[in-house]
Amino acid sequence: MDILKEILGRLQQGDDEMVLVLTRQAIEQKIPPKEILDKALIGGMNIIGERYKACEIFLPEVLLAAKAMYAGMDLLKPMFIQEGIPTRGKVILGSVQGDLHDIGKNLVGIMLRGAGFEVMDLGNNVPPEKFVEMAQKENAPIIGMSALLTTTMPVMKRTVELLKEEGVGGRIKTIIGGAPVTEEFAQQIGADAYGYDSTHAVECVKRLIKKA
Amino acid sequence: MREIIEISVNEVKPGRDDILKTQGIPTGRKPSEKVEMLLRKATELFIEFSQPRGILSEISIPQFLVVYGGEGLNEKPTPLDKIFRKADNLALFALTMGEKITEKINQLFKVNEFALGSMLDSAASVASDQAADWLEGIFFNRLSKRGEITPSTGILRYGPGYCGWHISGQKKLFEFLHPEDVGIFLLDSFLMKPLKSISGVMVFGEKKIHIFEDSYPFCSKCETHSCRDRIRMLLKESRSNHKKGAI
Repeated sequence: MDILKEILGRLQQGDDEMVLVLTRQAIEQKIPPKEILDKALIGGMNIIGERYKACEIFLPEVLLAAKAMYAGMDLLKPMFIQEGIPTRGKVILGSVQGDLHDIGKNLVGIMLRGAGFEVMDLGNNVPPEKFVEMAQKENAPIIGMSALLTTTMPVMKRTVELLKEEGVGGRIKTIIGGAPVTEEFAQQIGADAYGYDSTHAVECVKRLIKKA
Repeated sequence: MREIIEISVNEVKPGRDDILKTQGIPTGRKPSEKVEMLLRKATELFIEFSQPRGILSEISIPQFLVVYGGEGLNEKPTPLDKIFRKADNLALFALTMGEKITEKINQLFKVNEFALGSMLDSAASVASDQAADWLEGIFFNRLSKRGEITPSTGILRYGPGYCGWHISGQKKLFEFLHPEDVGIFLLDSFLMKPLKSISGVMVFGEKKIHIFEDSYPFCSKCETHSCRDRIRMLLKESRSNHKKGAI
């Protein structure tokens, strides 16, 4: 069987050990790393994302597949750096200042990496200045912010304002999400997108990257 | 009376179906063997890392008026504003699953054990609700010993951040209850630390005082409308068979 198809299948089963073994074999067979990534790893995660959307599988299966993807990705990463192969884009991610909830933001990060984006996760309790500083320093076109409390949502607004004050509001796009956040709120504060769940957030980021 | 309550882990051990539901798996759907394995492992970790503790303190209606008033940011009107004034008894409560379980969840995510971390997070959330039921059982028991329970009475819980009670209400609740004594702290954003903590008020009185329509302006923003189920359950509940708490 085509080794890439085999990786794709194992990834969907959440078999991280076999994905690791097979990715190593694919590298030894001189298959270009970009091809392994796109056809097997990202390809597998795309199928997983579609099946999740269709309610054929559920969160645990998605996360097991993500772990398998990371197993293969860890082998490829040094090769990408060595060969200077660009990612689909860099996303600065974090839960906003005052908020310590991590899970939702982590899921978005996992799905974004699964879609081939480079994610810089700043963790939780991230002030607006840190989001803006890191996006500029890392030349990241996207900032993703998560809030689980109504009291911390104003930090999202402040970050969007700060981007404008720094004159990078058009270049650096923002996506927001979290339980109390709505599309309406995103529009009110001038955020570029609202992701209602992790798979939708990935679709939004793909769209924003094209505009950035 | 203010009481610190050590809660046994086994009393709040989350049920399989409840955890799976929190993971988005519909009731009745058979999970794969891998998911079953994760579930077993998460339950084991829950038992190892959770440290459930709670605090309960009865409060008079005039005292609660101050707590509820909070920072003056509540919606007007709210269901609770009408309900607590008709209550026979009120008790503030706070509980936590402890810091260790949050640390374990974070650590699992750091080592790419996303599915297990997420499952453990769900287990801890479900257990927090069960611990609140447990505390409610203790309150019920107190009332029962005082002969205050009748077939037409019941308890429902309400918390800051829900049903129009602004989350800043946590500040006054903490000033009255001092959940710091069980290791729960309030951050400037009114978030409780450890994360897996719950606080609120238990309202005891005639069951009918809790009946309200979910037609308040803020109800349109509510994703769960869980008040419907809670009221339905309360009305169906037999007092001799009250929740599973300390009876």
